[in-house]
Amino acid sequence: MSQSYNRGLIEDFGRWKEFSAGMWAWIFHKFTGWVLIGYLFTHIAVLSTSIGAASESTDVIQAQNDVYTTTLQGLEGLFLIRLLEIGLLAVAVFHILNGLRLLMVDLGIGLESQDKSFYASLVLTGAITVASVPTFLTGVTL
Amino acid sequence: MSTQQAEPESQEAPEDPEMKGAESPQERRLEEKDDGMVDERAEKTAELEGETVLIKVFRYDPEVADKQEPRFDDFHVPFTKGMTVLDAVMYARDEYDSSLTFRHSCRQAVCGSDAFFVNGRQRLGCKTQISDLEQPVRIEPLPHQEVVKDLVVDMDHFYDQMHTVEPYFQDEDTPPVEDLEEQRQSPENREKIKMSSRCIWCGACMSSCNIAAGDNEYLGPAAINKAYKFAMDDREGEEIKEHRLRILEQEHGVWRCQTQFSCTEVCPKDIPLTEHIQELKREAVKKNLKFW
Repeated sequence: MSQSYNRGLIEDFGRWKEFSAGMWAWIFHKFTGWVLIGYLFTHIAVLSTSIGAASESTDVIQAQNDVYTTTLQGLEGLFLIRLLEIGLLAVAVFHILNGLRLLMVDLGIGLESQDKSFYASLVLTGAITVASVPTFLTGVTL
Repeated sequence: MSTQQAEPESQEAPEDPEMKGAESPQERRLEEKDDGMVDERAEKTAELEGETVLIKVFRYDPEVADKQEPRFDDFHVPFTKGMTVLDAVMYARDEYDSSLTFRHSCRQAVCGSDAFFVNGRQRLGCKTQISDLEQPVRIEPLPHQEVVKDLVVDMDHFYDQMHTVEPYFQDEDTPPVEDLEEQRQSPENREKIKMSSRCIWCGACMSSCNIAAGDNEYLGPAAINKAYKFAMDDREGEEIKEHRLRILEQEHGVWRCQTQFSCTEVCPKDIPLTEHIQELKREAVKKNLKFW
């Protein structure tokens, strides 16, 4: 063969509207997985401020003036952080539900309903996320 | 003389013909697919009668200067009842542009040579009714395979992957020639591999698989399905089955499947490809699982 044309990945991404349920499930699962890994490192970074708290005196810790408590309280007071927490919940819930769906697929259970179970995961994620909003936004100062 | 014996009718066979369709997941899937489609098609056919259908066909020819840059050509094809995508491109070739190139052969969904990317989905040209599609009909070569000319793609890699899994029956203890006799398969075993044996090597599944697109070494759904057909065939014996599983459980074998179900959705023969891949994953795990 002398010459051929490789349409490449750009045309692939251009077809995103044609993706099927299974494909979206795969994309969302990968995305939420990476977000959770990113969160894990951020979480470790924030928690590491407690190392400084260990050197504080008991009085300072009881008065909640230690570096760990003040850092967390400062963050929790921010509207943006509360929003991110809601997002984190949504991401975690979807990842868990889709993970269960994938487990079922691995075991060969409900393969015919794989698209429906994906939509169910989405709906359930949405419902849980919306239901969590009042809890997450309680006492937030803008 | 027929080599097949008449089988006694199963006592468990449902008497209600409507119940018969719900026997297996594959049949249920087919039923769902056909549900209501006949009426819709008749309606659409009546609508299109006497009309022309616009098809947009991908064009590329490395040997012609003004066709080296890929483009879409429009053809207005007179609609006829029962017209398929293949009929439309054949009309366009015969009446408008004899240089329009595509593969086709049997025209009855058996040879698998006319798999195209029609309106954003891998389909067999000869099986896809124009009346089932949105207008204009966009016809492209299969994605993830290099285009040789117009709708013709390079299938070498696909065939290489198919051959990797040794797609032929292997018997571990072939009797001497004088004792050769037909190798009978149990009806249950036949039923198990029935769907996998329907593969026509059209390459639609491989083309729809994102993992195969990103990993050139991945065996791909078609090859794995072919391996499933033989691995699950009781007549080959345990030793050959282990050999087949060894091929399949490699890094670029069954474990690369990410259960996107794209292959299963586009398969023109309704083979439950993802299901088969998952079953082989479980077989591979069982083979390697040791409690000691």
